[in-house]
Amino acid sequence: MISSDDSDPPAPASGGSAGSVSLAVMVNGTRYPLTLDPRCTLLDVLREQLDLTGTKKGCDHGQCGACTILVDGRRVLACLTLAVMKDGANITTIEGLAKDGVLHPLQQAFIEHDAFQCGYCTPGQICSAVGLIAEGRAQTADEIRESMSGNICRCGAYPNIVAAIQQAMGLP
Amino acid sequence: MTVPRTSGSEDMLRAVRRPVPHDSAEKHVSGEAIYIDDIPEPRALLHAYIRSSDIAHGRIKKLDLAPTRAQPGVAAALAAADLPTGHNDIGPGFAGDPVFAEQIVEYAGQSVFAVAAETREQARAAAMQAVVEYEELPAILTIEEALAQDAQVLPTVTLMRGDADKSIAKAPRRISGRLAIGGQDHFYLEGQIAMAVPGEDGDMLVYSSTQHPSEIQHHVAHILGLDANGVTVETRRMGGGFGGKETQGALFAVVAALLAQKTGRPVKLRPDRDDDMILTGKRHDFIADYVVGFDEEGRIHGVDFMLASRCGMSPDLSGPVNDRAIFHADNAYFLPHVRIVSHRSKTHTVSNTAFRGFGGPQGMMVIEYAIDEIARTLGIDPLTVRKRNLYGKRDRNVTPYTMKVEDNILAKIIGELERTSEYWQRRKAITAWNATSPFLKRGLALTPVKFGIAFTATHFNQAGALLLVYTDGSLKLNHGGTEMGQGLNTKVAQIVADEFGLDFEDVKITPTTTGKVPNTSATAASSGTDLNGRASLIAARTIKERLIKFAAAHFHVAPGKIVFANREVSIGGEKMAFVELVNLAYKARVSLSATGYFATPKVAYDPTTMRGRPFLYFAYGAAASEVLVDTLTGEYKVERVDLLHDVGKSINPAIDMGQIEGGFIQGMGWLTSEELYWDAKGRLQTHAPSTYKIPACSDLPRQFNARIADWSRNREDVVYRSKAVGEPPLMLAISVFHAIKDAIAAVGQYQISPQLDAPATPERVLNAIDALRLRLGDHLPAREAAE
Ligand code: FES
Ligand code: FES
Repeated sequence: MISSDDSDPPAPASGGSAGSVSLAVMVNGTRYPLTLDPRCTLLDVLREQLDLTGTKKGCDHGQCGACTILVDGRRVLACLTLAVMKDGANITTIEGLAKDGVLHPLQQAFIEHDAFQCGYCTPGQICSAVGLIAEGRAQTADEIRESMSGNICRCGAYPNIVAAIQQAMGLP
Repeated sequence: MTVPRTSGSEDMLRAVRRPVPHDSAEKHVSGEAIYIDDIPEPRALLHAYIRSSDIAHGRIKKLDLAPTRAQPGVAAALAAADLPTGHNDIGPGFAGDPVFAEQIVEYAGQSVFAVAAETREQARAAAMQAVVEYEELPAILTIEEALAQDAQVLPTVTLMRGDADKSIAKAPRRISGRLAIGGQDHFYLEGQIAMAVPGEDGDMLVYSSTQHPSEIQHHVAHILGLDANGVTVETRRMGGGFGGKETQGALFAVVAALLAQKTGRPVKLRPDRDDDMILTGKRHDFIADYVVGFDEEGRIHGVDFMLASRCGMSPDLSGPVNDRAIFHADNAYFLPHVRIVSHRSKTHTVSNTAFRGFGGPQGMMVIEYAIDEIARTLGIDPLTVRKRNLYGKRDRNVTPYTMKVEDNILAKIIGELERTSEYWQRRKAITAWNATSPFLKRGLALTPVKFGIAFTATHFNQAGALLLVYTDGSLKLNHGGTEMGQGLNTKVAQIVADEFGLDFEDVKITPTTTGKVPNTSATAASSGTDLNGRASLIAARTIKERLIKFAAAHFHVAPGKIVFANREVSIGGEKMAFVELVNLAYKARVSLSATGYFATPKVAYDPTTMRGRPFLYFAYGAAASEVLVDTLTGEYKVERVDLLHDVGKSINPAIDMGQIEGGFIQGMGWLTSEELYWDAKGRLQTHAPSTYKIPACSDLPRQFNARIADWSRNREDVVYRSKAVGEPPLMLAISVFHAIKDAIAAVGQYQISPQLDAPATPERVLNAIDALRLRLGDHLPAREAAE
């Protein structure tokens, strides 16, 4: 399942302005030093400070999955994660999945299977699926359905989402 | 101009009929697709917040914004008294939807005032500092209360044919009862949002997540005191609409524009999810009373229906929504004698609005429920009763509103689905299985859909397009429709590409903007492709005819000998690249841009008599669903679903299939898990996905077989003989509801019919089972026996 992480936040940076902390994160291979309000969610940092708007805000409450990203390879809901807790973490967003202009196999599979309509859930679905495959637990279509249940698609593209993931996993 | 026939021989098509991926596919998977909240924020942007009423009905005794205006970061705060023109209504057609409440608030969630500040947090915090005092008034919170008090947003409408009372009285059998049908929140994954950017001369550019840019333009101009030519509304794409952005985007767009006008700075307004769900209208919930007279065969002689819907505090679109409920209370069945009374109830809750199906699903639920009751009363399989009542081909083919059903293909669709779903074999097997299974019960149902296509308000059935051909051979198209995931832009690009024998990729569709195509209709009523596809085709045809005329003269070839195919133009057998011909034409000073305009023929209907032809044609489908119910908990699982749906001749089978499956899943949510709950004070308590249960991936039927009826063809001259597909598949989910009802009936060995309201949540299912057991005189509930 997708979760927020609850490791300890770093101590407030000495010398930083009152109420803000300094940290650094790696996002899609680039290191970003940040100084921010400790209440900032990773989602807002990505979207508003790093201009990585591919990660979407659907509910901001950890209930829809639109904001799913990968933190150290695990799928995480960015809206439930305080950025300060991720000092030093290695983050991958939808913008970081393609390599050298070649789409990630899941991105390709989503296109081939028409696994979206409005597209708003799609970045979250794809990141969630990357995490799911890395977890190595889901092996059947039924298990994929269960372990993708945290990512709502209001357009109901689920059959194609499952088919795309199956293809990327090399399942029949 | 006469409407050109959709042209070209089928085997020359390069784009149409192919499962071309969505035109934004690559952008969607790479995260590059831009929604309004992703647009790089302009300099000096302010963020807005709407503070809404927290009571359902009351008089505003005191409203003091001074404390708000004194908060840090606040640039402006506006209430009704501050409106620049005094205009304060954004109701579509009918008034009743103030931007800001004046003296009275009429629902918990009604906009009272708005604040713009440097950050969203500042705007919200400042809004909470205002002094707002109400004197509470008695509130009407349910349809029943509204009926008792005769509270209506619009007058009652009655449709009659023949003599319902007499036919029911004389019929050998009769049933009567009441059914409650729940509403539904749209939960478009991208919430409502607007960003207003002031320009020169007081002009206003508004980016709005809306299905209806022209209406937003109209409201912004009217409320701000500008001419329409000073307001531009742009919509690139929506992250889902489903009807929830047909009128409901207006409040956010107008408030953003008002604050932008006041401050001279750009303003973005993005309510959070809870506010979005509390502030905006939903699918109407209904209660329906039915009395039906029928014979021993299950044939209906007459129906008497009372439909009453929760319209909320204002008319909004409730008139046409309820009209459509009337028009679909026959679904697929011939009803010889009819009385349908439709009450449009006023309640002190949010004003309900368009939602995929637009009242049709609720109307259809009523007749399908009645048919199921007839079957269970007679002890005949419900599918048999459904088939006996279907519209005929030659007779029994006129709807209660006098439109003839001309292309009835339902018997064929049902027949095919009966076979492919193995309905009868499974029916037998399930009945046998249930007899041996004490606590788990299976249920099966096959239900049809017949859905009318066109706006019932005839004048909305028009569309425009603007096509530009550049000298490098690329095409740019703007049409009046909006893209919300339904693939409209993809289909339109396919249509235009094929007109020139080009590839789909050669056509670029630009964001919808009121600056290019004026006075458009909402992208709604499933008619996006029918209207905008045709208007675009007409624009393409105009340019193509100019090119043909030029080439014929230039090369001294008969026009009939000029053919566009394979990105080339064959001119009397000589081939040249499309781009070459375009260049020659350009040099010869041939105009390479054109508008296209289309008005749907034939439709005309008189709303005062409820008679005429409100629809151009019908789209059909059928679904067979099987569920497994745990009668000890009321929980269930959808085991298998078979869909067969009519899209005419498909322009894009992949997109159509997505609409069929997605519509079904959304309909399943409406009838099973999505429950709206207002507390005793009229406050919506289900305002986040934590309490409002939308189907998840894990709710997919275990076996899901969806098919397009690939032999179908629209008998009306609709673009490429296709049919609209946005709404009709939603109603295929009625089969899931009836499969659940069927499983519950198995608890009583099919001897009595269970009573079940929608949505069939596990709690309702359990209650229905308990009620059934009580009626059976089973005083030792199986649950206790099991312990
Ligand atoms: S936005 Fe994070 S889960 Fe919905
Ligand atoms: S594609 Fe629209 S929400 Fe999934």
